[in-house]
Amino acid sequence: MNEGQPVYGLIAEFSSPADLLHAARSAHGAGYRRVEAYSPMPVEGLAEALGSHGNRISLLALAGGILGGVLTFALQWYSVTVDYPLNIGGRTPAWPGLVPSTFEMTVLGAALAAFFGTLLGNGLPRLYHPVFNEPGFSAASSDRFFLCIEAADPRFDTQHTRRFLEQLQPLKVSDVGA
Amino acid sequence: MSSAAPEALPSAMLASPEAAGRDRDQAGAALLPGEHSYASISEKISGIVLTAPTARWWTIAFMLCSALTLVFFGAIGYLFYKGVGIWGLNVPVVWAFDITNYVWWIAIAMSGTFISAALHLTRQPWGASISRFAEAMTIFALAIAGMFPILHLGRPWFFYWLAPYPNVMSLWPQWRSPLVWDFFAILAYLLLSLMFWYLGLIPDFATLRDRARRRSVQIAYGLLALGWRGEARHWQRRQSAHLLLAGLAVPLVVSVHSVVGLDFATGNTPGWHSTIFPPFFVAGAMFSGFAMAMTIAVLLRRAFDLRDFITDRHLDNLAKLILAMGLVLAYSYVMEIFMAWYSADRYEIYTALNRMRGPYAPVYWALILCVVVVPQALWSRRVRHSPWVLFAISIVINVGMWLERFMLIVTSEHRDFLPSAWGMFYPTIWDWAILFGSIGFFAWLLLLFVRFLPLISMTEMRELLARQQGGS
Repeated sequence: MNEGQPVYGLIAEFSSPADLLHAARSAHGAGYRRVEAYSPMPVEGLAEALGSHGNRISLLALAGGILGGVLTFALQWYSVTVDYPLNIGGRTPAWPGLVPSTFEMTVLGAALAAFFGTLLGNGLPRLYHPVFNEPGFSAASSDRFFLCIEAADPRFDTQHTRRFLEQLQPLKVSDVGA
Repeated sequence: MSSAAPEALPSAMLASPEAAGRDRDQAGAALLPGEHSYASISEKISGIVLTAPTARWWTIAFMLCSALTLVFFGAIGYLFYKGVGIWGLNVPVVWAFDITNYVWWIAIAMSGTFISAALHLTRQPWGASISRFAEAMTIFALAIAGMFPILHLGRPWFFYWLAPYPNVMSLWPQWRSPLVWDFFAILAYLLLSLMFWYLGLIPDFATLRDRARRRSVQIAYGLLALGWRGEARHWQRRQSAHLLLAGLAVPLVVSVHSVVGLDFATGNTPGWHSTIFPPFFVAGAMFSGFAMAMTIAVLLRRAFDLRDFITDRHLDNLAKLILAMGLVLAYSYVMEIFMAWYSADRYEIYTALNRMRGPYAPVYWALILCVVVVPQALWSRRVRHSPWVLFAISIVINVGMWLERFMLIVTSEHRDFLPSAWGMFYPTIWDWAILFGSIGFFAWLLLLFVRFLPLISMTEMRELLARQQGGS
């Protein structure tokens, strides 16, 4: 890459999940905060190594489930007691018959929240990302593991950061154009 | 990693050759044998979609299934034009092939998502290679099953009256009817299965996008991958969601088929009016779904040379599950007969006896043979290690399960209370057209699936490999 062109960051390529995990820990330990790790499959502890404190998907799913259940029950309750009460042989509306639909919609609400929460949290769909500019990055979905330190990181310095990445013994280090 | 046997097995294999040999003996075979690497997994599985030429058998099968699909939709078209009178239905027997097909397909749909969800939750690594096509099987079977309740309506164009929506007729669904519960159950299960499947597919679509050579293919898979790039935090969210969906799927599966059981149990028809129905239906659903998964596993393994991924051990485990579910089902049959006797209700007793020696007795005994007797062969280790015998047994089981639903539905209706209201059901050509057409349509969808989507989760295979290599 030519000098003076905008740079998104520096990317290092590794061949195993263990190397990537080690590199991610080192980068976080060296004070880099705008670091991202890419792998073809989930690597246990990788997100935590980069300073992630879990995610809120389960809370979202809980909220979605409660919403789905409460809305479905409320709809049925309104229908059978307020809008269209059926008095059959003096029997007033009973709630147990309303449970199965409520259960199904609780599960559906939770599932929808978990699914769309994941997409939204991940910022997907997003078809373009600067990291795709790296020609070798297509292997990130197959058999290579990448660590990218963004130029936006306050500690980022082209020379210094490159030297830091090289001492982690990657297969190679390259610039990623913005 | 935990010390549970299935977890420890792959790592132990690498520990020492003797240990590997021992484990092989214990388990029959390993989960991921051969000298696989991350690259070879991607190569092998994405190659089926991207680079392999279209096989002759695929083209022939696809043409056959396309013809059956046309028969299916042609028969549906004629049904919509003419009405349910084209079937052999009559007044005592108002449900026959339509609802038999419905229950049969929804049962096949039950275990796909269940297999992959339950195996994921219990951290059984052998689920990794069968989960993808099991989930596909669920979605296709469920889509077909969902059509039958609409087809069996006298006025199918009003099916949306099942949904609670604001309308000028002041109409509400009957909330306490299992038919309405069915609507919600199928809706929830179909959407959840689709999301579960797609969430697993996104990273695999990214692999296909990155490995594709042609621009149009790159764009197609690129759009499906939604721009997935494998960021650590993205994986973390996806893992959470995947686990949650798996956890939600298991109780949902049980509830969906319980509701199907309640469709019958809430009616006072002898032979249906029984609290055993929900669990009995769930067991039957698992049984036929596992059998269908076996049918497909054996075929795929053979067709795409996937012995490295769908190993003898997978088939062995699946066969054991089939056997276990078959025993639960056999117990349910015995309890059904016992409860008829124990109820001291003359109509219940008559229905139970009529099933065994009435006009539909051959159906009853054929199903006992297919569902109770034949699966006992699975006790034998030799049988569990012969793919084509397993294939034959799985086909026999699903034939038997179809007969079971036919028996349950038709024998209860055709002689209920008053002999003056008894009757017989004989299928017409349109009944058969829709049954075989639906099977053709299912196979047609599966053929498209194996040609255009990765039929084994590459992500999960890589995880399995990482676990073996890490020895964790």
